[in-house]
Amino acid sequence: MVMTTRRDMRRITVAAGMLLAAAASAGAGGEARAEPVSLTISCGAIGVELSLCRDGVAAWERTTGNTVDIVSTPNSSNERFALYQQILGAGADDIDVLQIDVVWPGMLAPHLVDLSEHMGDAPAQHFPALIENDTVDGRLVAMPWWTDAGVLYYRKDLLEKYGHQPPESWPDLTRIATDIQQKERAAGQSDLWGYVWQGRAYEGLTCNALEWIDAYGGGTVVDADGRVTVNNPKALAALTEAASWVGKISPEGVLTYDEEAARGVFQSGKAVFMRNWPYAWALAQSADSPVKGKVGVTALPPGGPEGKTTGTLGGWHLAVSRYSKHPAEAADLVRFLTGAAEQKRRAVEAAYNPTIPALYKDDEVLAANPFFGQLYQTFETAVARPSRATGDGYNRLSAAVWQRTQDALAGRVTPEAALARLDRDLGRLSRGGRW
Amino acid sequence: MSATTGAGGRGSTRTAAVFLSPMMAVLALVAVWPLARTIWFGFTDASLTAPGDYGLVGFANYLEAYDGAWYGILADPTWWRALANTLIFAAASVTLETVLGIAMALVLNAEFRGRGWVRAAVLVPWAIPTVVSAKMWAWMLHDQFGIVNAGLMALGLIDRPVAWLADATTALPAVILVDVWKTTPFVALLMLAALQTVPRDCYEAARVDGIPAWKVFVFITLPLIRPALAVAVVFRLLDALRVFDLVYVMTGNAEATMTLSVHARQQLVQFQDMGYGSAASTLLFLVVGLVTILWLAVLRPDRSAVAGQREGAGA
Repeated sequence: MVMTTRRDMRRITVAAGMLLAAAASAGAGGEARAEPVSLTISCGAIGVELSLCRDGVAAWERTTGNTVDIVSTPNSSNERFALYQQILGAGADDIDVLQIDVVWPGMLAPHLVDLSEHMGDAPAQHFPALIENDTVDGRLVAMPWWTDAGVLYYRKDLLEKYGHQPPESWPDLTRIATDIQQKERAAGQSDLWGYVWQGRAYEGLTCNALEWIDAYGGGTVVDADGRVTVNNPKALAALTEAASWVGKISPEGVLTYDEEAARGVFQSGKAVFMRNWPYAWALAQSADSPVKGKVGVTALPPGGPEGKTTGTLGGWHLAVSRYSKHPAEAADLVRFLTGAAEQKRRAVEAAYNPTIPALYKDDEVLAANPFFGQLYQTFETAVARPSRATGDGYNRLSAAVWQRTQDALAGRVTPEAALARLDRDLGRLSRGGRW
Repeated sequence: MSATTGAGGRGSTRTAAVFLSPMMAVLALVAVWPLARTIWFGFTDASLTAPGDYGLVGFANYLEAYDGAWYGILADPTWWRALANTLIFAAASVTLETVLGIAMALVLNAEFRGRGWVRAAVLVPWAIPTVVSAKMWAWMLHDQFGIVNAGLMALGLIDRPVAWLADATTALPAVILVDVWKTTPFVALLMLAALQTVPRDCYEAARVDGIPAWKVFVFITLPLIRPALAVAVVFRLLDALRVFDLVYVMTGNAEATMTLSVHARQQLVQFQDMGYGSAASTLLFLVVGLVTILWLAVLRPDRSAVAGQREGAGA
């Protein structure tokens, strides 16, 4: 700037003048069109999630004349939550529409607008359990956007090659994965692993752990009344099975994997099985995917004959910040994005699971996602994280679950000791079940 | 320096106070006030959900007996683990950085062709933002795609990939090594600056007398760069004790590498427990203060040297 010449100055002045003129004419145009407003939305920041969000938002912009900025937020749900906490805690109006995780409504409710009067009869179209999840103290603080449950991906070609069926229980999966891994490695593919999943110390490991425990009939860590139930023989059987994988059919590095890291290994053809959310389907089947056409999806297996097929309930919802300057327009954007047409588009283009049951009978949706019919069953038996029983304490509970689970998985302590310690930790956190 | 203060007397002390007061006011605003707030919140049950709505709980965040059990940070094994990790990290990384930094400075101080390029090149790790280098190293240490494993396997040092950051025994050493990689240039730079103030004739005299190189280093170089060394170590120690970004980016909240800052952030931000998190931050502040005081006490004989360095810097 020190070196600015007179010619530079003139250029800057001209540019500034043009900007002002543009701003003035934009303002004038706005008056004619009934005050278009400008909103901000935070949705997925990368890849297909971002492009889906951008297209959906653009469609709403076209019909209303309003403009919407997409703000980038961290990809990790833990990080995103922290960011929201800071923005909302400060009462800032930086983000009008927030994409929130299924476990957050209880924690963020004080900062969110009651959407019920803006939604008309839309809530009745969604899965009742999700609407219930988003209703805190009688206020509808969010609308479901897409739902999720953990599912099992497998390599159809490899299972066929060695004459296996998709696993019917977790021990069955262990057996099949061991067999294929051994034979493939003997045949020269030395970096093939049996099973990849999410073992990093974060929310994703809590989801995996909950699935194992529920599959064996070991409950939900904390029951609906807030009592800590995790230290039981069935949960022990589940954790023991999982701990037996690390270093055998799962690489030790699985303890640093999140969803994308696991997908990276599976999609590059280096794993037989993968636990992930449904979003990985469209990516595994994309044109540049090395495993395109070789992937099957099924529900996560039960623990054994007495266990059940399950999956941790996930999914993302849209909420409007109480500090938004344009709550009515923001609510309208939420109504549009969570509506049936938009959810159908997302399901067809990228396998995002609708929260509207009717869409699971839609031919186009089923043609794009043949496994959706089966997934519909999974949603009925899916296990919810105990966020309602624990309220504000949920994040602490989750951290205790992933830390103690990881201890057992890494072999730092026995599964017995890990569960006993988790039981004590949760007892301390809840001061004896009073969260 | 002594000349100006000596001649000015009381009048110039007052002038100094006038000139210093804006800076003191700014310091009070940006340093003392937030610190005092943090200490205050440590005695409350404030939550990030509604920061304005809180009650006083005394020392409950630190230690409290409830139903026959102990609660609070000082009864939290995770916090003690974080304390141990922090002290190990600080001791190991600062020691390695100091030794390597001096070695690097000695090399750079020598005359050789292309010295300017090498000096610029060693600074690269220090110039890369920590978050970037942490992410980069996390990928390089990745068990499936990482170049570190590929290299070690090609050399035949390991027969299968090691999950450096997943294994509790290798995660902390890995993080320490990355910190050493990143921060050694900083120490080297300070040491190099100090080395260049050492008079050449000392070395020439030593060479004429035929004194071995190690003796020259121990009896001439080291005492002369000691003040700068003390400053560099204090800087690094303070940084290492409150390390956050490197650890958090590489291993997240994993207990194997959790430091006091990571622990405090988790309580404050992730668990929204402003009271408990503030108490944890206060303890971190106390630990950093305590270690620094201890270190300065160890250096006590060098006080005059440190003061000399300060005067030298001021002149």
